[in-house]
Amino acid sequence: MINALPPAVILIAGALAVPLLKGRIRAAWMLLLPVLSFVNLLAIPVGTHFAVDFMGYRVVFGAVDRLSLIFGYIFHLIAFISNLYALHVEDRGQNVSGLIYAGAALGVTFAGDLFSLFAFWEMLTITATFLILARRTPEALGAGFRYFLVHVAGGLCLLAGIILHVQQVGSAAFGYIGLDGGLASLLIFIGFGVNCAWPLLHPWLTDSYPEATITGTIFLSAFTTKTAIYALARAYPGTEALIWLGTAMAAFPIFYAVIENDLRRVLSYSLINQVGFMVVGIGIGTALAVNGAVAHAFNDILFKGLLFMTMGAVLYRTGKIKATDLGGLYKSMPWTCTFCIVGAASISAFPLFSGFVSKSMVMEAAAHGNMRFVWFVLLFASAGVFHHAGIKIPFFAFFSHDSGLRPKEAPRHMLLAMGITAALCIFIGSFPRFLYALLPYATDYQPYTASHVISQTQLLFFSALAFTLLLLSGIYPAEIRSINLDADWLYRKGGRLAYALSDKVFNGLNAWGDRIFVRRIPGLLARFFAEPGGNLQKHGMRLLAEATGEEADLAEREVRVDRRSRLATYPVGGGVLLAVLFLAVMSCLFFL
Amino acid sequence: MKKVQRPEVSEKDASHLVDIDEELGMFDHPRNVKRVLYGFYTCVVLLLAVDLVYHRHAIFAWESYFGFYAVFGFVACVVLVLVAKYVLRPLVMRKEDYYD
Repeated sequence: MINALPPAVILIAGALAVPLLKGRIRAAWMLLLPVLSFVNLLAIPVGTHFAVDFMGYRVVFGAVDRLSLIFGYIFHLIAFISNLYALHVEDRGQNVSGLIYAGAALGVTFAGDLFSLFAFWEMLTITATFLILARRTPEALGAGFRYFLVHVAGGLCLLAGIILHVQQVGSAAFGYIGLDGGLASLLIFIGFGVNCAWPLLHPWLTDSYPEATITGTIFLSAFTTKTAIYALARAYPGTEALIWLGTAMAAFPIFYAVIENDLRRVLSYSLINQVGFMVVGIGIGTALAVNGAVAHAFNDILFKGLLFMTMGAVLYRTGKIKATDLGGLYKSMPWTCTFCIVGAASISAFPLFSGFVSKSMVMEAAAHGNMRFVWFVLLFASAGVFHHAGIKIPFFAFFSHDSGLRPKEAPRHMLLAMGITAALCIFIGSFPRFLYALLPYATDYQPYTASHVISQTQLLFFSALAFTLLLLSGIYPAEIRSINLDADWLYRKGGRLAYALSDKVFNGLNAWGDRIFVRRIPGLLARFFAEPGGNLQKHGMRLLAEATGEEADLAEREVRVDRRSRLATYPVGGGVLLAVLFLAVMSCLFFL
Repeated sequence: MKKVQRPEVSEKDASHLVDIDEELGMFDHPRNVKRVLYGFYTCVVLLLAVDLVYHRHAIFAWESYFGFYAVFGFVACVVLVLVAKYVLRPLVMRKEDYYD
């Protein structure tokens, strides 16, 4: 028996103590937790630990192997950096959800069975929603609810798949699933795909991340999509559908990113673009490709986090994040600007920066598999990502036209968080063997060949040349205050259509029922039963008169019946008979 | 001396207003911007020149053609921008209050 706790426990249990702490003690506690949790993780040897029997199934909280370990390491690292960046936030809700969110990601990573995986999966959704809602703007409220609904739908899909899968296989163990298991494996596949932001399932990401709190977005950008990448790498490596999904993910967001005005939304689109590379890698499924996907996930968490942190610092200091409102900030925020450029160089895969040593692994795996089309799209996406994330973000925020804003430099703890991340990006880019040593498969991949360095540098410089010439010639699309429709139009407008339709149908039905059953029929009955005997006799007389044709004195006779009825000289017996009949019918209806 | 217009800064978070006597930033001098640009153009030409002397090793045959990556990078970005501007924008761009 080992002397450690399950990997997810320290962050989740430690988060519950946060509301009791204040000020510096809370800050120290929040920084200490990821460190403690990391030390705890190091104490757990490779293997299967913390297994509990639950309703006849084996629930495992500590399935530790090379694949889960590398995700465990990077999740701890980014949890520490995000907490450092968010040190000024005195908001219990955000502090607690951030920590539990990170803990839930660890829970998914080290889950050895589908039930605990699902529980942590849902915990991710709930805590992430609070990180979005904590911004407390109407936009964040809307985006948060949409985020929640989409992920609950995805979670239900996953749950249905898990139940079917467990029925089929007879075991809840989480391992390779593949797409051959029929409906069960397909449902799990789609459930993972929602969190992975596959095309058409993606708009929750670009909708909500730019609306979340400044610090919440750093957490969000790291965990949800990367746990999905982990789950896919574990359960669906070598699934061909992933190659095509990933190719689409790498390609389409860059077009949106070019015309998007909100810089955090630009980063959200480029997040999907980067995850696309990972999905392609998992789809190819060779050792090199999966290594590439995992290494790229590791690097992306750092450089995308760094870029979101720099934009968060800009938003924190200026209150603005639209490209149309920003510009010229390099003068008063030089450090943030420098870190942003490091992040931009890393995501664009400049030699000596982290993207360079991981993105090319996926590209090379595609080339070895002779996937020409996929390779070309990925190369296009590589040029495109430099264009929108590498140049557009730093250029429009820190250079471009002078916005006249002269904000203070970012607070010290934010600078420290960004500085550590930037240093890591350069370190991994310069000494990739430390990252390669952690990868799931042993590798002797060499990123620094003369051919690779020259090709990549040429690609990037000529992309930059295109940007420069397009900008100088005025062809580059001007930033416009606007929003761009995406697949979320379907449920944002579709939701309203469904609302209007159900309003028409159900409220119409309701109104019709009200008219017929509440107003008209009781009115008729009331009039009839006011003089039941008289009415009955009148109707009888009318029928008889129609049948025999003796309608001559019908009106006169009806007047006589009416008078008799009004003067109450009409025999009571008729009414009583009707009442008894009515009661008899009711008794038959209810008691038979 | 020409009167310098003070840019409007209304944000509460901005720590201080722009000082009209402040030192000009590095890129406020057009001369510096030009220098950067010329330096950049020189790099671009030199990088292309590398292809003349160094034969790159590659997996696909076309990768080792002269200037393949340079041309691809340039064309890809031009196509990207043109498609985004003239195809995607007219299709999807709406006013900021579209969903309100």
